[in-house]
Amino acid sequence: MADLMKVTIDGITVEVALGTTILNAARQIGGDIVPPAMCYYSKLEGSGGKCRTCIVKVSKGSEKDPRPMPKLVASCRTTVMDGMEVQNITSPEVLEARSGVVEMLLINHPLDCPVCDQAGECDLQNLGYENGLQRTRYEFERRTFERIDIGDKIQLHMNRCILCYRCVFVADQITNKRVHGILNRGDHSEISTYIQAAVDNDFSGNVIDVCPVGALTDKTFRFKNRVWFTKPVDAHRDCNHEKCNGKVTLWYKGADVLRVTARKDQFGEVEEFICNECRFEKKATADWTIENPTQISDTSVISSNHYETFRPLPVIKENLALQEANKVELEKTSKF
Amino acid sequence: MGRKLLLEHINVPGINTLEVYRQKGGYRAVEKALKTLTPDEVVEEVKKSGLRGRGGAGFPTGMKWSFLAKPEGVARYLVCNADESEPGTFKDRYLMTYIPHALIEGMIVASFALGAKTSYIYVRGEMMPQIRILEKAIAEAKAAGFLGKNILGTGYDLELYVQLGGGAYICGEETALLESLEGKRGNPRIKPPFPAIAGLYGCPTVVNNVESIAAVVPIINDGGDEYAKVGIGRSTGTKLISASGNLVKPGVYEIELGLPVEEFIYSDEYCGGIANGKRLKATVAGGSSVPILPANLTLKYANGEPRLMSYESLSEGGFATGTMMGSGGFIAFDEDQCIVRNTWNFARFYHHESCGQCSPCREGTGWLEKILHRIEYGHGKMSDIELLWDVQRKIEGNTICPLGDAAAWPVASAIRHFRDEFEWHVKEPVKSLSSNYGIANYAVPIEKKVEEVKQDNI
Repeated sequence: MADLMKVTIDGITVEVALGTTILNAARQIGGDIVPPAMCYYSKLEGSGGKCRTCIVKVSKGSEKDPRPMPKLVASCRTTVMDGMEVQNITSPEVLEARSGVVEMLLINHPLDCPVCDQAGECDLQNLGYENGLQRTRYEFERRTFERIDIGDKIQLHMNRCILCYRCVFVADQITNKRVHGILNRGDHSEISTYIQAAVDNDFSGNVIDVCPVGALTDKTFRFKNRVWFTKPVDAHRDCNHEKCNGKVTLWYKGADVLRVTARKDQFGEVEEFICNECRFEKKATADWTIENPTQISDTSVISSNHYETFRPLPVIKENLALQEANKVELEKTSKF
Repeated sequence: MGRKLLLEHINVPGINTLEVYRQKGGYRAVEKALKTLTPDEVVEEVKKSGLRGRGGAGFPTGMKWSFLAKPEGVARYLVCNADESEPGTFKDRYLMTYIPHALIEGMIVASFALGAKTSYIYVRGEMMPQIRILEKAIAEAKAAGFLGKNILGTGYDLELYVQLGGGAYICGEETALLESLEGKRGNPRIKPPFPAIAGLYGCPTVVNNVESIAAVVPIINDGGDEYAKVGIGRSTGTKLISASGNLVKPGVYEIELGLPVEEFIYSDEYCGGIANGKRLKATVAGGSSVPILPANLTLKYANGEPRLMSYESLSEGGFATGTMMGSGGFIAFDEDQCIVRNTWNFARFYHHESCGQCSPCREGTGWLEKILHRIEYGHGKMSDIELLWDVQRKIEGNTICPLGDAAAWPVASAIRHFRDEFEWHVKEPVKSLSSNYGIANYAVPIEKKVEEVKQDNI
């Protein structure tokens, strides 16, 4: 068919629609071959291409023009061609370049994970564990900025920012007016508002969710708890805001809702943006209709305290039909 | 005496005015192109001439023009990149200052060839006098009927605007230039799409260097074939070289491509040798971002053949023993110059000018600068040299625009060819603060047919 493009990523072939990026094709395959993405956000138009963690090697350009691409390319911004062959984790060159990018991202990062609210759900932390070095080779003073409050609900820690521009795109595309952006140039660049004007908008809270690191934090949740001690639950309410459908994740500690976020998919991207009323003001169980516990990947640190390993009841061991029905859980237990 | 095509009348008094420029044969190309040629024929002439982009990359100009998308009903733009900010390069400023009508004439012909009704000259913010000169020249040309509605009665309309930039090096990158021209922050765009498909305001756009556009004038006057006879091989025509550093006569020279490097440095017609009777230690042949070469490799290839000033010859030997033509910013270093200090200075420039959009360049350029600063000021360690090599390798090729490569290459080449000097700085931290490493064996002439004098394959 003319509209479908055949692309092979790390030896796995998938057919995708015309105009799909390599990253999205990899996401259709899923698993370990999905390149990490720190700045690309599928819901935000024009995002991506900046952090360079998703670089891959195109070993064959297309069926028509089989020459390889001369440089590593950003998979989030390169569209697939029919017959393209891509190497991600099978190419040592890509892995080395990626660990170089991770090192660059971390040299000026404060590494204050022990006191950072994002710890446990931080993309940079995950990336660092997977691709980073055990120690730093950077022996100079790190770049520092003052913390600033942008608006009454959000605090900006510029030290932690990796300049992914996601929050800028959110303000451009989700809210009516953008009042923050990138100031200065090079490694002095910082996210800031025009002369510290407040970010005040019905949807401004979404910048917290899209931030891959702990640079934009929720002031109503700051230092309340570690995310892996809280328990996420999907819930919804009838929201009056026309653009918000009130589908959220509540993060419980005991009986208290400590914070409210939008629901995130397996790639850590929000499914639907929520308004500030849902996020900051409705923090009682009575405001919400609880649906079910949020599915958290068992590789995430958040799942460590809640979803205990499945202990099969003795009856399952003897009953083949029950074993079949609980196949997935049984496989997990065998992993441990 | 080499042939001069661009700077032939540069010493005529009043050549910056339309009247004198006309007396010397100016605006013949406009009349010829608009009255006797079709746009496609102009493009064809430029293709035949073999003219290659003078801004640094050396991409054939005619080819670039023929890639321009031409959808119906969509405006097309020609943008002249006069954001010349490469350290060591000052040829465009010279051209715009003394012979502005050459650029304007070239702009009219090139715009006609591309079918652009509006064209822009994007001038770097620091060049205020040049902006005034260009605006005055445009007003003169307009009064004489070479710009505006119905040029020379041929029915072709063109408006030419001078736009002033903010003085950022990154705005010399073509997509960052377009962003800046649109009034946005000058961040390079992620390619594709290339400007030939979606450039200024999303319309097909060609971005050319000042010198490339000015070179269109002699091509149209004499014909592409005639232009292609000047020069050597695929490097046709003449090139402006801005020579600086420890030379007897630094300045802007127009050379025929194919001139031996040795003649360019030592002949009295050009630079006149190294100042104060010293010896040449190293050169940067094409502006700060191209690899630095020791004196012996500047003058000769690794096999002893003489090196010429041309795109191919300068890059002979790849990055191991060659360099690049770049934008023609020729910097010479005599025996008393410190390569470590120079490398630090370049790294400092790239650190300052990185736009901060993509991580390897934003963080890496600063890191390079800090390590080089440490070595230069006597706090370096031996492991720093390996670290520098590793950091530059992780920047190169992994960034959105070529600024990352430009920051990495000078560091890589300095380590490749001048590793001894870096090591000396580490071993002699006190001495290196007050004296220089000197010329060492960097100027030892390469004997013909001798295999590889220095090759550190790291």
